[in-house]
Amino acid sequence: MPAIHLRLGAFSAALALLALTASPSAAQKKYDTGASDTEIKIGNIMPYSGPASAYGVIGKTEDAFFRMINAEGGINGRKINFISYDDAYTPPKTVEQARKLVESDEVLLIFNSLGTPPNSAIQKYMNQKKVPQLFVATGATKWNDPKDFPWTMGWQPNYQSETQIYAKYILKNLPNAKIAVLYQNDDYGKDYLKGLKDGLGKQAASMIVAEDAYEVTEPTIDSHIVRLKASGADVFVNITTPKFAAQAIKKNAELGWKPLHFLNNVSASIGSVMKPAGFENAQGIISSQYLKDPTDPQWKNDPGMVALNQFLDKYYPDADRADASVMYAYTVAQGLVHVLKACGDDLTRANVMKQAASIHDLTLGGLLPGIKVNTSPTDFAPLSQLQLVRFKGQTWERFGDILSSDVGG
Amino acid sequence: MSAAEEIVTEAPAVEAVPKRAMTLGYGTSLIVLAALIVIPLFVKNFIIFQMTMLLIYALAVMALNILTGGSGQFSLGQSAFYAVGAYTSAILMEHAGMNYALTLPIAGIVCFAFGFLFGQPALRLSGVYLALATFALATAMPQLLKLGYFEEWTGGVQGLVVTKPDAPFGLPLSQDMWLYYFTLVISIAIYVASVNLLRSRSGRAFMAIRDNEIAASAMGVDVALYKTLAFGVSAGITGVAGGLGAIAVQFVAPDGYTIQLAISLFLGMVVGGVGWLPGSIVGSAFIIFVPNIAESFSKGLSGAVFGVLLFLVIFLVPHGARQIAIIAQQTMAKFKKN
Repeated sequence: MPAIHLRLGAFSAALALLALTASPSAAQKKYDTGASDTEIKIGNIMPYSGPASAYGVIGKTEDAFFRMINAEGGINGRKINFISYDDAYTPPKTVEQARKLVESDEVLLIFNSLGTPPNSAIQKYMNQKKVPQLFVATGATKWNDPKDFPWTMGWQPNYQSETQIYAKYILKNLPNAKIAVLYQNDDYGKDYLKGLKDGLGKQAASMIVAEDAYEVTEPTIDSHIVRLKASGADVFVNITTPKFAAQAIKKNAELGWKPLHFLNNVSASIGSVMKPAGFENAQGIISSQYLKDPTDPQWKNDPGMVALNQFLDKYYPDADRADASVMYAYTVAQGLVHVLKACGDDLTRANVMKQAASIHDLTLGGLLPGIKVNTSPTDFAPLSQLQLVRFKGQTWERFGDILSSDVGG
Repeated sequence: MSAAEEIVTEAPAVEAVPKRAMTLGYGTSLIVLAALIVIPLFVKNFIIFQMTMLLIYALAVMALNILTGGSGQFSLGQSAFYAVGAYTSAILMEHAGMNYALTLPIAGIVCFAFGFLFGQPALRLSGVYLALATFALATAMPQLLKLGYFEEWTGGVQGLVVTKPDAPFGLPLSQDMWLYYFTLVISIAIYVASVNLLRSRSGRAFMAIRDNEIAASAMGVDVALYKTLAFGVSAGITGVAGGLGAIAVQFVAPDGYTIQLAISLFLGMVVGGVGWLPGSIVGSAFIIFVPNIAESFSKGLSGAVFGVLLFLVIFLVPHGARQIAIIAQQTMAKFKKN
């Protein structure tokens, strides 16, 4: 019996194919591997296990988001088949998974693969194969390089541009500042540090009086804070991930050290940093943002936030709403949907890159008012605007203009 | 009582394996070899890449097997040797423009020296203390690679991109297929050399040390020399594997060579059967494919599923692939008698 079914299936498939090629409308439809009349295959690589597994939430949120898109009828009638693999944040495994996605699962593109080392490992391969490596989930500066890597595109504002903005602010408002920097000893921390030094320019050597790095494996960074305080600095640039950021804010208060505190946006979450550190200790901290913070009460009735909550309630009810990764994934998934919609019936890899490189003033529900997605054939950094914010009471207060700073790779 | 059961009840740290039991018979070897040569002709490039990685990890697992199964010393630091080999190859290829094939012996020699030197202080340690000392080496390595002093060569946290070689002499092979056969030839050469090493005078000395150090030295074996030599050989082979790995993956970065890799290799050795060299390829297959299988069960719980699978293997066949091979052999023998 199964054999007959199989035959029948094959026969009807052949018939359908015949009908397709015969109909005139089919002539305008163009597909590369991974796309068809009914389906678009999207690949994704995430660290679901290993040291960076906290970011696995991004993959889960995206999966939930595409389930919602499919339930609502898909994109131009095509369902998204989201295939996400685990690479445990190890580059050799990333290469294996990327090759599996491209050569075995035959996806149209790889979307939002996470981490600087994993993405570096597959960048050359993806460009050789001419498969889009779209909206990579890393803030490194090198993804904006359309000339050498026309098939790779970043997404979020890169780390260097953020600290350059702080540097500009310091130079303008506190020209005699003595700066102490604490950073995480990896690519993320060093990229931030480079941005700060580049932004300060010639004055970097004289203005930065203390520089201290910590390892992500350290249980606490208290001793680093004590050392930085001893340097007598009056500006503190805090380049740390959430757990350490909260420790730093708390320790500052304990020691009675009250410099002007710049906190990188990686840790600008109210729910996971400011609240545990104590609101009274966090007053006056300056940071920058491009996404709305779901734990910030000022967005409670915001339409974008309401939409996010409706989506989470229905498709990902156990999501931790205080986790900034959820908002991040929601926004970047919307970005992909925008690109695929713009592709229309021409779902070739070349057209995907073409549409991704011609986004003009796109606004998304999760972005702060005034921040827009913009790309061009020479600008592969979709988000490059940030808004300075200052912590007041229990929420971030935006101040100044929207600042932009594009740094090429 | 079968041989396997006997071993289970005794359960010493590293049990004695007679040297003949360390290898496969000719017939089986030829079948495995034929499969390794023929299969790539019929599969996709992606599968060929996976098979290349299978051989590379098998080499690294075998290197550990020579150290632990051969000379009875533990190491959780193989990832450090693997990293040194990978970086040696990558740096020579990208900065000195050297041919990829020439970088491998250099990687091997550098790692041999490194392992030999590390073996000197390690001499004073044994058992769990040695394991801990090598563990320290493995945790230190990724950070050493990130150090600012070497950044000009290592690329620091960003790593180095390596160019994949084309097939030489205009052979009509894809890059993946060429690299696979290249790796296969090297793996076979190293495998044959290792088997011969363990059968030689040095190999007997390794095993004598493993079985009883005092007795070995009483018989005139230079314990210090052979212990460090075992470390050197093991590190050297691991270094060649690392170099091949760098070429196959086309990228080296500190995050690729964490303690996780060392534990994977250790795992591969145990699953393949401690002291049974052919088991290395089974162990390698375990560390490459089982995480993928675990992931297909559940994304969020892939680690837990992997743990359960590993637990089952250790519980049901504590001597890994070797035990299965022995059981298979016994069943075959029974059939023959009937």
